[in-house]
Amino acid sequence: MTTAIDLSLYAQPDDDGRLSMDLAVEGVTCGACIGRIEGAVKQLPGIAEARLNYTNRRLHVVWAGGAFEPGRIVETLEANGYHGHPFVPLRAEEEEAAEARRLTRCLGVAGFAAMNIMLLSVSVWSGNASDMTGETRDFFHWASALIALPAAAYAGRPFFQSAWRALKARTTNMDVPISIGVVLALAMSLVETAHHAREAYFDSAIMLLFFLLTGRALEHAMRRRTRAVAGNLAALKADAAHRFSGGEVVTVPVAALRAGDKLLVKPGERVPADGTIASGRSEVDESLITGETARRRIAPGDTVYAGSLNYDGALTLTVTAAGGASLIDEIEKLLEKAASARSRAMRLADRASRIYAPVVHATAALTCIGWLLAGASWHDAIVTAIAVLIITCPCALALAIPAVQVVASGALFRSNVILNAGDAIERLAEADTVIFDKTGTLTLPDPRVVGADTIDPATLQMAARLALSSRHPLANAVAREAATRVPYEGAVEEPGRGVRAIVDGVEARAGSAEFCGAAELVSLPGLSHIYFTYGERAAAIAVAQTLRPDAVETIARLRALGLDLRILSGDRPEAVRPVATALGIDKWGAALKPADKIGLIEDLKREGRLVLMVGDGLNDAPALAAAHVSLSPISAADLTQAQADAVFLGERLAPVAEAVVVARRARVLMGQNLWLAVVYNAVAVPIAIAGLVTPLIAALAMSGSSLLVTLNALRARRGGAA
Amino acid sequence: MNVLVYLVPLALGLGLAGLFGFLWALRSGQYSDVEGAALRILNDDDVENKG
Repeated sequence: MTTAIDLSLYAQPDDDGRLSMDLAVEGVTCGACIGRIEGAVKQLPGIAEARLNYTNRRLHVVWAGGAFEPGRIVETLEANGYHGHPFVPLRAEEEEAAEARRLTRCLGVAGFAAMNIMLLSVSVWSGNASDMTGETRDFFHWASALIALPAAAYAGRPFFQSAWRALKARTTNMDVPISIGVVLALAMSLVETAHHAREAYFDSAIMLLFFLLTGRALEHAMRRRTRAVAGNLAALKADAAHRFSGGEVVTVPVAALRAGDKLLVKPGERVPADGTIASGRSEVDESLITGETARRRIAPGDTVYAGSLNYDGALTLTVTAAGGASLIDEIEKLLEKAASARSRAMRLADRASRIYAPVVHATAALTCIGWLLAGASWHDAIVTAIAVLIITCPCALALAIPAVQVVASGALFRSNVILNAGDAIERLAEADTVIFDKTGTLTLPDPRVVGADTIDPATLQMAARLALSSRHPLANAVAREAATRVPYEGAVEEPGRGVRAIVDGVEARAGSAEFCGAAELVSLPGLSHIYFTYGERAAAIAVAQTLRPDAVETIARLRALGLDLRILSGDRPEAVRPVATALGIDKWGAALKPADKIGLIEDLKREGRLVLMVGDGLNDAPALAAAHVSLSPISAADLTQAQADAVFLGERLAPVAEAVVVARRARVLMGQNLWLAVVYNAVAVPIAIAGLVTPLIAALAMSGSSLLVTLNALRARRGGAA
Repeated sequence: MNVLVYLVPLALGLGLAGLFGFLWALRSGQYSDVEGAALRILNDDDVENKG
């Protein structure tokens, strides 16, 4: 059966009436791919533009509209050995891109101003030490003011706006003292300049903005990078559905499905949407939804959930309205409850800024009063007080935590962990109990052959090559064992039964025991089997959920990190017990409903524990939301992944341990950085109070402390080695 | 010191030229694919087509 691909959903009209589409491209490995991909796509008739962004592996294609079939772009990529997955850029991602451009513009302006003002300031400092005339100094100061005021008005907006928002909401954040410091420094410098003073602080104010903007721009760039990768992965995962339209079957993206659509679900495919079975009988694996590994028989009239894996027969499905299914409704209700019950612990940066601002402002006020009492003039007292504000301006403090977050999320990224929430690092570091889901989390998301070494290798290879021609999920597991991925010629699949092919004049069969006539073969109890016969060769190949390859080591490593480990599964006790035994985890629960998992997490919370939940199933989503911090594998259900603080990639479980190690190291560095900032202030503030601070000292102190904090943050790069 | 009267504005003008250059590069999307730009320069297909 040939099916057309309909991708018109992804085509976006632009201002000139042309259409465009974005695709995440898999398989881009080197610079030569750029030319190959763009060249091939541009050869298609009607294509106006094709540009591959190598940094985020995305292809942007523009065509003149009209009769062009966007499906041909995907086919062209396919023909060249790449996989293209169209997607609609998320609103959030576009907003972030706009914000990043704004920050970079501000950074550019602040950088320009800082350089030019420094040029003038250094002249003034050297002039003050030698023989500069008052007029020249005034000229230099006025020139600095001319640059600094517009630059600060432009480049300071991110801080001023954030500070204003915080004040309007009657709270405070780090941007409030920053804004006060910058504005006061500029105002004082202006007044001083008008009075022909020897010193002005234009350079300090602008340099402060420049340093802080650098930190913010880096933070943003890191977040965008992970966001882009996450977006690509989502596009890669998005399934296509086969929809009946008229008499033919058209492949459409899942996002285009509407309630009432009739779909064809072939064996070995995941059910693309919730629905009821209109015709066909099969077995479905619902482990992604309930954690249950035993398959469920379904018949016309039954309800199936999106994400279930269809095993034996082709099904016709009628899509029901989203949320119509009782299970999803229950999970969403639990999710709402969990989200509202979640008390957001105050983060380190907020705590620091809440202590910092009053202390600094009180110190400045006391300095002013103190100097007045000591008999200084109003002018001198105020200038000294403002100098205190400038020198304590939280350059180091404001960089202390974001700098570590940027470096740590980079380290996590390299360990295949993608952060969804920026503050997840701190929460990961605090976790003392880890709860694992079993199916798809501790075990691999799809079944694998077990006991391959007990089967004659040549027989296994034949069975594996034959299984390549089948779409059945158990056969896929066997096919993974194939050394050469070349299917036998003329292999025929009989849906629901097996595959047969003539090899060297003898028929080979793989499939059910009955299909292969191999009922007498020994099979292991509790496991699914694929049977294989070829002449007198015969084998029963056991297929089962297996642990992730490094699960045992990773669990041992987590235990060595002092974490309390548990398993909470929705699967039957007899399926959970062997896994718990193999991993040496004695606290486990089985046959748990989503509400039970939340209940157990709540109990642990009441004991004062901070729970890290690792899960993938739809049934885990509420538990992930209820936990202190959560991780899920990339194979997880979409709803579940949206709840997780971070997602890990690949077949290995190691990223979980890696994430904890990196987060703990980052947490230590954040603490150190805050202390560095405190020590810096303890040294600098008395000097400022004594009225000894000159703009030169302020500039040195500020850059010195910022540099120190940033260098210390870089130590978070050495993530996994600990 | 009269030389300062035009040297300082000149320095500022040069700085501003740099700033506008940067803003122009940013607006025309030259920072959107930093890794790709490094590789595209090695691609000489366009040269062959013309010559």
